[in-house]
Amino acid sequence: MTTTLAPPAPAASEPAARRRSALPALGPGDVAAALVILLLVIAVIAPSLLARADPLSAIGGEALSGPSTAHWLGTDYLGRDVYTRIVHGTRTSLGASAVAVAVGLAGGLALGILSGYLGGWVDAAVSRLIDILLSVPGLLLSMVIIVALGFGAVNAAIAVGISSIASFARVTRSEVLTVRASSYVEAAQHQGSPRWRTLLRHILPNAVGPVVSLIPLQFGGSIVWISSLSFLGFGAVPPHPEWGLLVAEGRQYLLSAPWLLLAPGAVIVITVLSASHLQGVVGRVRRTSA
Amino acid sequence: MSIVDALDPHGTGPSPDLPAPAIAVEDLGIGYAHRGRIVPTVAEVSFTVPAGATTALVGESGSGKTTIASAISGLLADNARWLTGGVSLLGTDVSGLSERGWRHVRGRVLGYVPQDPLGSLDPLQTVGGHVADSVRQVHGGTEREALGRARELLRTVHIADVDRKLRAHPHELSGGQLQRVLIAGALAGDPSVLIADEPTSALDVTVQKRVLDLLEELREELELSVLLITHDLSLAAERSEHVVVLKEGGVVEQGGSAAVVASPNSPYTHRLFRDVPALTPHRYSAARADLAGRREEGPDPSPAVSVSGLTKSFDGRTPVLEDVDLEVRRGEIHALVGESGSGKTTLARIVAGLTPFDGGSVAVGGRPRPQSPAVVNPDPAALQLVYQNPLAALDPRPPSLDLVAEPLRISGVARVPARRRAAALLERVGIGPDTAARRIGRLSGGQRQRVAIARALVLDPSVLVLDEPTSALDVTVQARIVDLLFDLRAEDPDLTMVFISHDLSLVRQIADSATVLQHGGVVDQGRIEDVFERPTSAYTRTLIDAIPSPPLLAG
Repeated sequence: MTTTLAPPAPAASEPAARRRSALPALGPGDVAAALVILLLVIAVIAPSLLARADPLSAIGGEALSGPSTAHWLGTDYLGRDVYTRIVHGTRTSLGASAVAVAVGLAGGLALGILSGYLGGWVDAAVSRLIDILLSVPGLLLSMVIIVALGFGAVNAAIAVGISSIASFARVTRSEVLTVRASSYVEAAQHQGSPRWRTLLRHILPNAVGPVVSLIPLQFGGSIVWISSLSFLGFGAVPPHPEWGLLVAEGRQYLLSAPWLLLAPGAVIVITVLSASHLQGVVGRVRRTSA
Repeated sequence: MSIVDALDPHGTGPSPDLPAPAIAVEDLGIGYAHRGRIVPTVAEVSFTVPAGATTALVGESGSGKTTIASAISGLLADNARWLTGGVSLLGTDVSGLSERGWRHVRGRVLGYVPQDPLGSLDPLQTVGGHVADSVRQVHGGTEREALGRARELLRTVHIADVDRKLRAHPHELSGGQLQRVLIAGALAGDPSVLIADEPTSALDVTVQKRVLDLLEELREELELSVLLITHDLSLAAERSEHVVVLKEGGVVEQGGSAAVVASPNSPYTHRLFRDVPALTPHRYSAARADLAGRREEGPDPSPAVSVSGLTKSFDGRTPVLEDVDLEVRRGEIHALVGESGSGKTTLARIVAGLTPFDGGSVAVGGRPRPQSPAVVNPDPAALQLVYQNPLAALDPRPPSLDLVAEPLRISGVARVPARRRAAALLERVGIGPDTAARRIGRLSGGQRQRVAIARALVLDPSVLVLDEPTSALDVTVQARIVDLLFDLRAEDPDLTMVFISHDLSLVRQIADSATVLQHGGVVDQGRIEDVFERPTSAYTRTLIDAIPSPPLLAG
């Protein structure tokens, strides 16, 4: 046994080493972005690891106290700890964004593949639909959809997702068009590969890459949109913490207690920046490993 | 004394009676910095380019030709490191020259003709502007004077209708004309040494011949010393007095071209020249005669491919093929020959059932092809096409083994037996299991084409259409691929091949019959000996004359 197992080991480790060296070096910005995302993941999975207190419990007599060692980011108008509320609000905000991206990705892929692969009048119809979706401001479109679906965090997420279908669909369509025109797709059909098989085996795997690297960007965008919708009262309902809602609540105390607005605002900005930075890294890795 | 004076060939040098060589490379070593290490690329290279003659620097891709040329012209990449030795131009050492110093040498002493004409010219600048810029960099002066000189230079390189071409942009000119423009730009500063880096590798044979004729004429007229960098050994043998053969960054042999070709000293050079079709036209004669003998035993006279009265036009206006007749006998190699735009690839694609046609009839194995072929090939086992560029024609994602197994999987063979058969076939075309596990992008050019051929053969088709399968490969790799094709034919004498090529010397070596196309029409057709020895059209004669004709090798 040992004689047959021994030789392949160095051969197997060699390609792995080559793959690692093919990755681009990560800079401090990349590491910071990754760290932020890691913290966010922890906040989603186990928020009590980062903030032990109850986000809903109000402490009388400590309303609107400024940042201190006891309350890192101060307390709000009911005396609730802002830091705890932000950490516990992560799950709602990011969960809603994830739903939004999933809806956008699924719808965009389906529409993009349909129009790119079938072409003809299907392509014309889908492309005009995408044009219409893109011509209406996304937030406005989301609000219209929420009014139709009903208020709430999940509906806000679905609405944002539908509004982002257009960008996914457009990228997918152009990638499918490029791949469909490639020699290897023609060669596959020359080998007798049926249409659906060509689509699943050759076109989809080769077209999906750029669509995937669009995900972090859309994720960041969705966070902003969902927070905006909550801020305007279309999304999550108080007293549950949600980033946009926190901003909305803090708005009334802008002059007397600015941390109520600034803290959740900064978290949103940092999250979105990290997500879009991550998109750049994903794109770079994809290009080098291609 | 400025360096220009020092390098002036007509000035009084240190020893006037013994002319210094145009280029002297002494123990040159160059490496490239890669991830903190220096990878040596060229080592211990020494050679001289005598004044007033053409010296060819030959070698396969990766042999260091371009690195040496860049070192001589001071155009090394930023990550290149000069390790040992030196380069002198006309007796003056230029190895330690600064970028500033080079500016006085490049253009005035040394002209450089780059490899890729379209990529080397600014698409937004006029041709006249390009040459005038080169003139002003060397001579200064007003724009008007420079344009006047540019006009003269374009006349020198025989550009017709100069006044109109001066105002033309690069995309309006043909490849041959662009190459002339680059030569004119290189001549702007009256250099005495010219380096031409693969000046004709992207051109059709007849155009290639005219550009090389021009270089030869200029060399005599302007008393230039020329360093011709090329991978085409037949061209080097025909066009140069001296030849330097490179292999993996070192010189394996150098000397007078005739002597090196006739009796090479190193076994590498010997093998290299034997792989050049123009030097060994009878390489496959025995194999062909053997195959022909075996074919006559089996009585199957119906043609494998027959085309009659075929017409095709783009947009219903521009004719691409006009009244083409063609018959390919079973088991033969039929060559489709022509220059770019002759319609040979369109004809092949129509035969392969990939492109619709307007009129006439096409039949493969006795079965007629519809005028508008189905998107999905209904009978892939009848005929397979091997594309010109395997990298584009094979999916970049799956491992090579799966690419070869794919046609079997499509035809309903289960995964395990399909992969087993694919592995066996890959083994037969010289691709081992380690290589088969890699993606196509990780393979060498020759390996890619082997995978492509295996994929085309896995369904055991009766006809194979090969669209310039070796045009992007080095001669030795090309020879191995052609060897492979003959091995495959020896195993299956009924395998018919339609071989598209612009390389007539290769066609003469391997084909049994040929069709010569010009502007979409057949100008010559028949047995290969008849086409080459008794061409009926002037065009075919021009093509045959354009084959470099150095002294032939035996066998």
